[in-house]
Amino acid sequence: MSAFEVIVSGTMLAQTVRMTIPYACASLGGVVSERSGVVNIALEGILLSSALAAVAVQGATGSASAGVLAGVGSGALVGLVHAALVVRGRIDAIVSGLAINLVAAGGTRFALRALYGSSSNSPSVRGVRYGDDWGLVLRTLLDPFLLLTLAAAGLLAWSLARTRFGLRLRACGEDPSAAQAVGVDVALTRTLAVTIGGAICGLGGTALAFELHQFQAGMTGGRGFIALAAVIVAGWRPWPALGACLAFATLDALQIVLQNQTRVPSQIFAVLPFVATLVALAVVSRRTTGNARAPEGLGKHPV
Amino acid sequence: MKHLVRVLQMPALAGLAAGWLAFCVLVWAYGASPSAMATLLVQGTWGTSYGAGQVLFKATPLLFTGVAVDLALRAGLFNIGAEGQLAVASLAAGVVGSRLPHGTPAVLALPATVAAAMAAGAAWAAVPALLKGRFGAHEVISTIMMNRVADGVVGLAIASGLALTGTVRTADVVPGARMPRLEAVFPAFRGSAASFAIVLAVVATALVTMAHRRTRLGREIGLIGLNARAMEAEKVPVKRRLEQALIASGAIAGAASLGTVLGYKGYFEEGLGAGAGFGGVAVALLGRGHLGGLVLAALLFGTLQQGGLALNAHVPKELMDVLQGVVICAVALADARLRAAAVDAVTRPIAKPARGAGAA
Repeated sequence: MSAFEVIVSGTMLAQTVRMTIPYACASLGGVVSERSGVVNIALEGILLSSALAAVAVQGATGSASAGVLAGVGSGALVGLVHAALVVRGRIDAIVSGLAINLVAAGGTRFALRALYGSSSNSPSVRGVRYGDDWGLVLRTLLDPFLLLTLAAAGLLAWSLARTRFGLRLRACGEDPSAAQAVGVDVALTRTLAVTIGGAICGLGGTALAFELHQFQAGMTGGRGFIALAAVIVAGWRPWPALGACLAFATLDALQIVLQNQTRVPSQIFAVLPFVATLVALAVVSRRTTGNARAPEGLGKHPV
Repeated sequence: MKHLVRVLQMPALAGLAAGWLAFCVLVWAYGASPSAMATLLVQGTWGTSYGAGQVLFKATPLLFTGVAVDLALRAGLFNIGAEGQLAVASLAAGVVGSRLPHGTPAVLALPATVAAAMAAGAAWAAVPALLKGRFGAHEVISTIMMNRVADGVVGLAIASGLALTGTVRTADVVPGARMPRLEAVFPAFRGSAASFAIVLAVVATALVTMAHRRTRLGREIGLIGLNARAMEAEKVPVKRRLEQALIASGAIAGAASLGTVLGYKGYFEEGLGAGAGFGGVAVALLGRGHLGGLVLAALLFGTLQQGGLALNAHVPKELMDVLQGVVICAVALADARLRAAAVDAVTRPIAKPARGAGAA
């Protein structure tokens, strides 16, 4: 098959959709967190720790749904820690995020050795089994993780725009002092937002681990950071963030095909998503008006 | 004075206490004895002169990257990209150092090699610097992306002929470009990889902290970190200063290759010095802009790294990464608490009479 045939094949499209899910969940998590005013570079660490939690719990209990719950739960927990440090402890969100990423990177390796005596990967797990005889299209479209991600995006977009909680959350993100002055509990709202964001991001980590049927040390490979860039590129809006993630995942999937099909050195393709992120970042950072801009109170505390 | 001592010590104490607590919990959870492991850690680091030398060796790149991150942080910029800047700088040091004529005297070879490394680090930092200055792109994301691109570029360079055939390393640098080992002068450090690069790292740190206080450029960069809008009003070219700070930060991060490429291996290989860039962020956060603080922080994290290796047979060395994160959090928390308390102490007497006075 030529490279072109591979690229437009159904397998490739299905692959792209599956690769979008971890990015998409992480960036939805980033959207909730940052719209409430809390910078979240901890997404990378949340993806990583939830991937391990999901695999460890499924390995121990044999239940896929217990694995998903563990992944989502640990994502929420790490989000809660980030919120506690930033909102209550008032430390810089970037410092907290960096520290969480460090702890997650080291901690998952530590746990790998403690649990499985391996420094590279866990034993394999079954992941979620569904529709073995459905055919490619149906299997891709009815992937439970895809459905959950879309549901999360829909729910998030709707609640941000239409509900009282969403309005308060956005108020905390735009002007925390004003929100506080009219009686919104800024600390509580932000803590909830970052925890919910962590849970959604944890779903992405679970999807990533179940897709590969095991946990591998450092398996997130910067996806959390790219997802955060997608948040910025998408102007902190849920659906556009999904679109940006789809674009990054396409580059990612392309990269794998082109590495196998062409004689161009693999490193060139491997850096493509990151270069694309830099370019996209430069383009959108000039934007300061309209509704695709950074929340005004991002990183600010109420006075 | 008393206040200053308190401000300097509280976060450090909090960091040490939290780190110790996390150490005990994790070691115990792994099924080992915390006290036995702590003894092993001390013996493997400061217990012997070899161990102490290894700590100095590990602390060398950390101090360089630490002061690099610190410099950018003074301008309010988070340089998370020291990792990538050091990677391309190390490659440049390995390539330039090995291509010099073999008999080049040290007075020429060493400065040329270091200059190449620093230039490469600066060039790598220039991308996020310009993206920040010209487009306003957040430096945290762009420096992280540049780290990944650095991995690819270094891999590509290694794969496409800059390395010895069939290896992932460059040729040996010429003898004149090597950084002399400490053991050449102090026989007690025999066998450890510590080199005189640690001395240069301390000098660089001293120069940066001094430049911050004593030079116009340094003051401006520091004041921009405190209040960029006020500096804008003072007609300071804020964007240019931010770019300069980040590029200088990249150059200094590149100088960390003195300890790894020139002081240790004598050549560059893929992955050499990995982790020093992120370690530098921790050092900068802990050192808080003081010469002594930065040196002590580099020594602390150097001790943790070397100690991790000493324990690795009993407890996974990744334990030390976790401790590093815990220490950063604890220090930042104590610091935030102190700052809040200091703000309260300053504003309270003023705020009280102002209450009820109206709009303000």
